Amino acid sequence: MLAIIETRKIFAGETEVAKIVFYVLALIVLVIFFVGVIRRLVVYNRGRRAPNFAWLRRRDPRDVPEVSERPTVPSSLVTIATNQTIIKTKHKVGVSHWLLFWGFIGLFLATSILSLDYDVLGNASRIITGHTYSFFQGPFYLAYNAVFDFAGLLALVGTVLLASRRWFSKEPQLDYTRAQKPESGYSRARIVIGDHVFVSGLLLILVTGLLIQGLRIDGEHFPSFEQWTWLGYLIGKGFAGLGVGAAAARAVHAWLWWVHVGLALAFVAYIPWSKAWHMLASPANLAVRDFSNVRRLPQPPADNAGYRSVDDLTPKELLGLDSCTKCGRCHVVCPARTGGAPLSPRDLILDLRQLADHKHGIPLLFDTETRPSPTGPMNEDGCLAGEVVVGETLWSCTTCMACVEICPVGIEHVPLIVQLRRTLVDQGAMDPTLQSALQNIATQGNSFGKSSRMRARWTKGLDFPIVDARTQHVEYLWFLGDFASFDERLMDISRTLATVLHANGISFGILFEEERNAGNDVRRVGEEGLFEMLVEQNMNAFAKASFDKIFTTDPHSFNTLRNEYPAFGLDRPVLHYSELLAKLLFTGKVAPGNLMRKVTYHDPCYLGRYNRIFEAPRAVISALGCDLVEMPRHGVNSFCCGAGGGRIWMDDSVLDERPSVNRIKEASTLDVDYFVVACPKDYAMFSDAVKTVGIEDKLKVVDIVELFAEATLSSALVDV
Amino acid sequence: MHIVVAMRQLADLVEELEVNGDGTDIDRDFVKFVSNEWDEAALEEALTIKDESAASVTVVALDEPDVDQTLYAALAKGADRAVKLTGHDPSAWVRTRERAQRIASFLAHEEFDLVLTGVQAADDLDGQLAGILGSTLDIPHAAVVVGVELTGSSLRVAQELGGGLVGVSELELPAVLGVQAARQAPRYASITRIRQAMQTQKIEEQEVSLEVTTPQVTVRRLYPPEKQGGATMLTGSAKDVATEIVNILRSKGLV
Amino acid sequence: MAIAVLVVGERVAGESPDVTFELLGRGRELADALSGELAVVVVNDLDEGAQFGIADVLYVVDGMDSASYSAPQWEAAIGAVIQRVSPQVVLVSTGTVGIDLAGALATKFNAPLASYVIDVTAQGDKLVVTSQLYGGKLLSEGEIDAFPAFVSVLPGSLPVEKGRAQGSPRVEHIDAGDQLRLSKGRGTELREPDTSGVDITSAALLVSVGRGIGSKENLELVAELAEAMKAPLSASRPVIDQGWLPKPHQVGKSGKKVKPTVYLAFGISGAPEHLEGMRSAETIIACNTDPSAPIFEVAHYGTTLDLFDLVPELTDIVGG
Repeated sequence: MLAIIETRKIFAGETEVAKIVFYVLALIVLVIFFVGVIRRLVVYNRGRRAPNFAWLRRRDPRDVPEVSERPTVPSSLVTIATNQTIIKTKHKVGVSHWLLFWGFIGLFLATSILSLDYDVLGNASRIITGHTYSFFQGPFYLAYNAVFDFAGLLALVGTVLLASRRWFSKEPQLDYTRAQKPESGYSRARIVIGDHVFVSGLLLILVTGLLIQGLRIDGEHFPSFEQWTWLGYLIGKGFAGLGVGAAAARAVHAWLWWVHVGLALAFVAYIPWSKAWHMLASPANLAVRDFSNVRRLPQPPADNAGYRSVDDLTPKELLGLDSCTKCGRCHVVCPARTGGAPLSPRDLILDLRQLADHKHGIPLLFDTETRPSPTGPMNEDGCLAGEVVVGETLWSCTTCMACVEICPVGIEHVPLIVQLRRTLVDQGAMDPTLQSALQNIATQGNSFGKSSRMRARWTKGLDFPIVDARTQHVEYLWFLGDFASFDERLMDISRTLATVLHANGISFGILFEEERNAGNDVRRVGEEGLFEMLVEQNMNAFAKASFDKIFTTDPHSFNTLRNEYPAFGLDRPVLHYSELLAKLLFTGKVAPGNLMRKVTYHDPCYLGRYNRIFEAPRAVISALGCDLVEMPRHGVNSFCCGAGGGRIWMDDSVLDERPSVNRIKEASTLDVDYFVVACPKDYAMFSDAVKTVGIEDKLKVVDIVELFAEATLSSALVDV
Repeated sequence: MHIVVAMRQLADLVEELEVNGDGTDIDRDFVKFVSNEWDEAALEEALTIKDESAASVTVVALDEPDVDQTLYAALAKGADRAVKLTGHDPSAWVRTRERAQRIASFLAHEEFDLVLTGVQAADDLDGQLAGILGSTLDIPHAAVVVGVELTGSSLRVAQELGGGLVGVSELELPAVLGVQAARQAPRYASITRIRQAMQTQKIEEQEVSLEVTTPQVTVRRLYPPEKQGGATMLTGSAKDVATEIVNILRSKGLV
Repeated sequence: MAIAVLVVGERVAGESPDVTFELLGRGRELADALSGELAVVVVNDLDEGAQFGIADVLYVVDGMDSASYSAPQWEAAIGAVIQRVSPQVVLVSTGTVGIDLAGALATKFNAPLASYVIDVTAQGDKLVVTSQLYGGKLLSEGEIDAFPAFVSVLPGSLPVEKGRAQGSPRVEHIDAGDQLRLSKGRGTELREPDTSGVDITSAALLVSVGRGIGSKENLELVAELAEAMKAPLSASRPVIDQGWLPKPHQVGKSGKKVKPTVYLAFGISGAPEHLEGMRSAETIIACNTDPSAPIFEVAHYGTTLDLFDLVPELTDIVGG
C-alpha cells in the first residue's frame, strides 16, 4: 500500500536544466553577496584603531555603574530581537518593523531548513548511503508550513504597513530636504529611489512567494494535508474561486516561480550593496554601541587635533555610518534643526557615509546625493570639518544627545561632531564670541572673563561664612560652575542654595578662587588642550582641599566631573544638588512642604539624558507639595534649551527660533504657573525666553532650590 | 619681506590692580600678566600679510611675567621666530621709552622691512611705542593704523583720524606701525597647538645691555580714581528730565 | 617774550577739533604761570585765525597737502616749528595726530613726555601731570622738571569753552617745504566716514533701545529721537531677536562692544550680556521704569520715567 506521505516535491515541474540554472544563479548570488559583505568588512577593519580599541568595550573599573550601561551581548540580543529601539518612540512604525523583521527571519529560516534538507542532507545521504533521506515530510512538513505561513503573513502585514507609510505619509522625518542647503543646489532623488526599490522589492518577493504557494496547491488539486499550509491553501482557493483551474495554475506557477526566485536571489545579492545593508549593519551596530562614548568623549586621533579625513574614522564609526536607515528621527528631535540651524544629524551621517563609501570605493546603490559642483559629500579631497561638513553645521550642535538617544540603530553622533569640531578649533575657524569665551577660560578660568578672585563674590551678603574646603574638612565640596558664580541673577540662587544647606547643617565648602571652569563644554566645543589644562588645574585644587564628595550646581560640570575626571584621577562620588535636596527630604531631615503650585519641570540634558537623573528632582518637586505637570517632551525626550556644547558662547541670531523659546511655548500650553529648572544655564536661557515669548507674567522660571527654600525655610531665612 | 612684531605683557585689566608700597607702581607680585590686546591685533595683521605673501614674521618681546606664553602662542599661530630680550629687571615696570630703546637695540642687528606693534598699552605713561621706536630708529611711522597694504616695496596705511575719517598715506620701508585693528579678529591658537609649539620650537633669548637715560615723567603716586556709586537719579517731570539729559549731551558737545 | 606753550592744532579736515580748544584753554594758564606766550600751530591757512584769539601767536605751516594726512609730514612740519620757536611745553592730544607726533618728537628733542593726561598744571618750575592709566583703573600723578616737555592730553578731559575766544593773534607763516621733501611718507587721500551702513562702534552718541519698547511700531518713536540727535540707533538682544532691528545694531556680548561718549539706554534692563557690550561708555544715561533694573548699577544718570513720556520731550528739545 502506498502510504500518503505529507510532503511536496522540491523543484516540482522544473526541468533538470532549470534546476542547474537555479543553482548556478544561486551560486552567483552568494558570490555577489559575500563579496559585498567582505569588502565592507575589510573597509571597517581598516578603520583607525584608537589605543585599546575593542568592538565590545571591556568594563572599566572607573565606570560609574548606573550610567555606563555598556550593552552586554545578551542585552543587545534582546534589544535587537524586540526591536525596542525602533518601537520606543514610534510604536506603529516599530511594530510594523517588528512584524517584517520576524516575518522575514521566519521566511529565511524556512528557506534555510529546506536547503538543509534538500541540498545538504539529501545530497550527503545519497553520496554516503546511496539513499536520499529527507525530513521534509510528515508532521514536520505540516508544522513547517503552518508556522512559516504565519511568518509570511507577519512579513506581509509589516511590509505593507511600512511601504504605505513610505508612499503616503507626510511625516517630516521622511522629507529628505537638507537642513544645510548648499548654494549650488543638490538632489536626493537617487536616495528616494533607493527607498522605493527596497520596500517595493520586499513586497514583491512576499506577494509572489505567497501567490506561487497558492498556485502550487491549486495545481496539485488541494491535497487535504495542505490545509496545514493555511495561507497558501486559502490563496489557492481564491485562485480556484476566480476560476483558475489546476492546469492553468501549474502554467502560471511555472513562470511566476521564476519571478519569485529571481527577485529573491536578486534581493540577497542586493543586500550588501544598498540601503538593505542596514539589515546586518544595524543590529551589529546596536551590539557594539556604547553611550559612555558620549558622556566620556573619546580622545582625538594621535596624529591630528581632530578628524580631517575618512581615514580618521574608527571601525565602529564606519559601521555606525552604514547602519543609518535615514529614518529621520534625529532630524526631527534635533533642537538645532528645529530652530532653523543648518545641522541635521541625519544629513551629517549621510554626508559622511557617502564620502567615506566613495573614497573607499564601496558606494551603496541609490545612496548618493548629487550636486552640480563637487561640494559637501561630493568634495572627496576636502577636509571633513569645514569643507565636507560646513563649519556652521558643526557649530550648531548643542550636544544635547537627543539624536543619540532616539537613534534606533545606536549611532553616536555627538562624539563624531566633537571630533570634527576639534579640527575647526585647531584651524581657529570659530565664532568670535566663542573665541573670546575660550580665551577668557584659558586666562581667567571662567567664560565671563572675570578675575578668578571674583568667583566667590556671590557669598557676600550671606550672614554666615562659607567654608574654604582648602583649609577645613567638609563632607561636600560644592563645585558651582561659572554661571552660578558669576551671573548676577544666578548668584541669588547660589545664595539660596547655600542658605538651605547651611540651615540643614550640611557640611560643605567651596574652592574660592581656585575653582576653574570644569571644562565639560570646552571639551565639547573641541578645545581638548584647554579641557586638559582645566582638569589639571581643578585636580590641583581638589588635591589641596579635604572633602568626601562633590556636588555641583551645573549639570554640565556634573557630567564631566562624574564621567571624565575619573580618568584623570578623581576618585570621589559626584552628585547633583537636586540629589542632595532629595536626600534632605527623604532622610527626614526636612519636612515635606505644602506649596500647592502647578509646575512643570525641564530635564537638563546633561542631568537627564546623559546621567539618567530623572527621579530626584521630580521627587523633590512632589515632596514640596507641587503638582507636577509633565511637558509632552520630558525625561529622555526632554528638549534642549540650546545652551549646551558651548552654544551659550556663540551667536544664535542665525536661528529662526531659539530652542529655549520653542520649549517655553511647549510649556505655555500646559496649565502651570512655574517652569522649574535645575541648571544655571537653563535658568538664564529660559528667563530670556519667557520674555521673548512675552509670558513672563504668566510663567515664572524658578530654580528647584528656590521652591525648596520657600517651602522649607522660614521667611526670615529666605530673604537673604 | 621680514616683519617684526613687537609684543609685550601687561597687567590683566580684569584683575583688581593694587598699588605697591611706595605708591609709584602697581603691585606686580599678585597681578596676572597677559598679552597686550593691541599687540595681538598687530600680530594678526603680520600673520595675515604672511598668509598672503611670502613674508616671515619674527615676534620680539621683553622678558616679562608669562611672556613665554605669549611668544609660544605667537609661534603656534604661525610666527616664524620668537625672541625674548633680557638684560633688564623683568619684574619691574619697563617704561615705554626704555622699552623702545631696547627693541631698537635688537633691531639694529636685524634686517627688517616692517615693524608692527599695538597702537598703545594701558601703562603707556611716556607715550606710545610706535612713534618713539620710529624716531629712535629714524624711520617713518604711523599710529592708529586700521589698514596695511603692501605691494612690492611700497607700503600704504590707513589711519583712523576720529569721527570715522580715515587718512591713507604711503610710507617708505622700513617703517613702524602702531596697529589699532587688524583686518580680522586675532586668530585662535588652541592650547594643543601652543603646547606643541612649546615642545617643538624654541624662544631665542638675546641680552640687551644698555644705559637708559631718557628723560621721563617722575611718578609721585598711583591711586585709584574716586568711585562713582550707581546712577544719579534724575527726577521731575518728563520735560525737566529731558532738559537735564540734553544739558548733559550739550556739555559733551554731542547735540 | 619767549613762547612758553605751543599747542598743536590737530585739524586735518573740516573744523578744528574740540580738543585743540581744550589744550588752548589750559595752555593759556600754563603760559601765564610760566611767564611766557601761548602759541598755536596749524597746518595750512584756515583764514580762521580769529578763533584762536586766546593764543598770542598763530603759526601757520604752509605747503602741506590739505587733502590728505601723513604722519611723517606732520612730524617734519611740527618738528620744524618746535625747532624754531623752542617752546617750554608742547601740548598735543592723545588722539591719532597727537600719538603720531608726541612720541616721535619727544624722542627727537630728547624731551620728557606724559601721555593719557587728564590734568596738567605748572607748580613752580615743574609741571604736575595726572594721567589715566590701566584703562582708567588707576590715576598717576607725576612731575616733569625738564624742558621742553611734551604733554599728550586725553580728549574730553579739560573744559573746552575756555579755549574758545575770538581775537587776533600774531600770525607767522612757516614754510616747511624743505623738511617735507625729506620726509619719508606722503598722504594720498582722506576717506570720509561711510554713512551708508550703520556703524554703532564709532559713534560718539548712541541711542539704544531694549525690550521695554514693546513692539516694532514703537521703535519709530526712538528712531525719530536718534535722527534728531544725528546718532545711530542701537539695541539690546531681545530687540534684535524679535527682528525689530537688524543684527549690526546689536550692543552686547553677542553683538558689538561700544564705547561712545554718551550711551542713552531706553527700556534696557541691563542683562549681563548687554552690559558687557556698553559698560565702558564714558557716560551712560538710562531710562527704565523698574528702579531695581541692573542698568542703574552701571549708569551714571538714570530716570524711572516711562520712555514713552520722556522720548517725545527729548525729541522736541533736540529737534526744535
